[in-house]
Amino acid sequence: MAGTIDQQIALGAVDDAQTLPLLGKVHEWVVTVDHKRLGLMYIMGGLFFFLIAGLQAATIRLQLAIPDAGIVPPQVFNRLLTMHGTAMVFLVGMPILTGFFNYLVPLMIGARDLAFPRLNAFGFWLWFFGALLLYFSYVGGDGLYGAGSAPDVGWFAYAPLTELPFSRGNSTDYWILSIFLTSVGTTATAINIITSAFCMRCEGMTLSKMPVLVWLAVVVAFQMLVALPPLSAAQAMLLLDRFLGAHFFDTQAGGSAILWQHFFWIFGHPEVYILVIPAFAFASEIIPVFSRKVIFGYSVMVAASAAIAFVSLSVWAHHMFSVGMTPVGNSFFAASSMLVGVPTGIKIFNWLGTIWGGKLRFRVPMLFSLAFIFQFLVAGLTGIMLAVVPFDWQVTDTYFVVAHFHYVLVGAIIFMDFAAIYYWFPKATGRMLSDTLGKWHFWLFFIGFHLTFDTMHFAGLRGMPRRIYTYQPGRGLETLNFVESIGALFQGIAVLILVINIVRSLRSGERAGNDPWDAWTLEWSTTSPPPEYNFAETPKVLSRRPLWDLKHPEDPDWKYE
Amino acid sequence: MAAAPAAIPTATAQWSETLPRRGRVGIMLLILTESVFFSIFVVAYVFYSGKSLTGPYPRDVLSPPILNTICLLSSSITIVLAIHALRANSLRAFATWWFVTFALGLEFMIGTAIEWHHLIYHDGLTIRTNLFGTTYYSLVGLHALHVTIGLMLILLVLILTMCGYMNERHVERTDVLSWYWHFVDAVWVVVFLTVYVVGR
Repeated sequence: MAGTIDQQIALGAVDDAQTLPLLGKVHEWVVTVDHKRLGLMYIMGGLFFFLIAGLQAATIRLQLAIPDAGIVPPQVFNRLLTMHGTAMVFLVGMPILTGFFNYLVPLMIGARDLAFPRLNAFGFWLWFFGALLLYFSYVGGDGLYGAGSAPDVGWFAYAPLTELPFSRGNSTDYWILSIFLTSVGTTATAINIITSAFCMRCEGMTLSKMPVLVWLAVVVAFQMLVALPPLSAAQAMLLLDRFLGAHFFDTQAGGSAILWQHFFWIFGHPEVYILVIPAFAFASEIIPVFSRKVIFGYSVMVAASAAIAFVSLSVWAHHMFSVGMTPVGNSFFAASSMLVGVPTGIKIFNWLGTIWGGKLRFRVPMLFSLAFIFQFLVAGLTGIMLAVVPFDWQVTDTYFVVAHFHYVLVGAIIFMDFAAIYYWFPKATGRMLSDTLGKWHFWLFFIGFHLTFDTMHFAGLRGMPRRIYTYQPGRGLETLNFVESIGALFQGIAVLILVINIVRSLRSGERAGNDPWDAWTLEWSTTSPPPEYNFAETPKVLSRRPLWDLKHPEDPDWKYE
Repeated sequence: MAAAPAAIPTATAQWSETLPRRGRVGIMLLILTESVFFSIFVVAYVFYSGKSLTGPYPRDVLSPPILNTICLLSSSITIVLAIHALRANSLRAFATWWFVTFALGLEFMIGTAIEWHHLIYHDGLTIRTNLFGTTYYSLVGLHALHVTIGLMLILLVLILTMCGYMNERHVERTDVLSWYWHFVDAVWVVVFLTVYVVGR
């Protein structure tokens, strides 16, 4: 019965679309509770803000390309770096990962939808309007005071700079409310993902037979539930300070500026893993398929991710070594930060073990994944360097730190986001992305990435502080900064090629068929794009690779698992 | 099992019975994330206790709201009795216990209002007076906000009951709501101990 009602609704929507083409289509997307549409809207929204925040980064690089460049004044530069950082974390990294999880988790566990479809739509729209609120600050942020427009307090918004006397106008309030809203939306998605994975799996899919991506989605969702509330709570306190005259972070009334740093980084460090574990998840699905082998060490992979998530909850103060904590505090956070390297190393060896002896196919998703392994390793190694307290004292707040976290955020996360786009685009649209353009995209982005972020390490070691709007000539920074800006140009062109590739493929891309990569998880068993109900009949699985069993009845996986 | 499937095989009805119920998992996750939210406010309260630069101090103005506490905690018992009654499909008993739960929760809010009125107009303690006022009103207020949300949901169910829409098929959802209410009560135990026992 449910099917026929759905069909009637779908038919009704088609009628609308015929009478009112554009309005009908928009209406269809606005009222949808379908996990696939919401997932795509998350990803498209994320990519949209990726372009905007990327342009802001390009402006920053333009300003820093030569010493004493007068392209943007200091106040505008502060806004640019704040908006770039905030947007890249909350409006790009988060929605793209929630979008992919939204899209893939129900398909991979053989379910009709997520556990709470309406909650899912609610979460998306909270995120969407929260995101708009952040950029609306450019128009409405100055309030009555004629003070700054967009937020300019840095993405971690340290107190007491954010207190009312120092941040006049409403720009900081926009920062608070926007991030608060997107966090609530993300919390809704996290609850949805865990509940779906626990309660909606198809027959035969025990927890130990879930695809690695679903496992890691659960891990990430748990991290969201534990790590986002500290930020939201601290932001609520900051709002009370700013609007009701409370004294949480008001140092003149006995409040503590350090407490904000603790609260922020209790969120902030797990956030890094919230963003990077999805990259692990994509890699753990893509690398096996393009190596023609099962993932090496499935259970160890899952356990290592859970271990990373757990340990990452107790490393936050390594962002605060220069605050002047006790030696015991410094030692604890240095040790716990280094401890993260152990499960991370396990994961890297597992991916290498998967590739080892495999029959590699160097298609675009695989190229991005291979670059990811290498770059994530380097990012981890500079992370270990920064966990050494005396070294951190030397380079904290320099471009070395900027280089380190961009190696994670771009070198690992953005690279795997691209890989995931190339890998699942055929499933979502029914059309392949061009391999040729994809390879141009990969190589230009790869070269640009290394030009920009490798050189940043050296600029940092030479003492270039982060967040300065200019620098003087004759300090050995000109060449490095110029090369960094050239790299940004390469990356910009590469992203433009991705946009062209997507637009071209949507119009005239090669038809993908159900299973273009000869893959093994359930999403490839349904049509591309999948129907609204996902599977005509609820599937039943016997192993971790149900499609392998189907294609190789003579040698199915379930005999060995 | 012996013959490999020719197409993706389809599920049987028994399988889904082995999986946990969505509502329960969902509400437990909500409770998890809310607990973290509360714990940050508790940490702030403890961190700032005794650090106020000026009075009034907790010892001077706070007295433990014993009656409020008894009412709120016993409402956890009455809501369990209500769910039991609903499960047995005795709607009259359900409506009675549900109303008692609502009344006890409402008493808690009225008690809090009286306490705050006294603090503000008699003792001169507001959220901007000192760090004690800042942390006290935000922590107790955050809890009161959760009680208010719970009361609104309970009232909604009460109205539905009076209009005759409730029956034993709704026991699952009502149960999920009761878990939220238990959580609000459990948080009060922590807030009570922090604010009125340890922090005083």
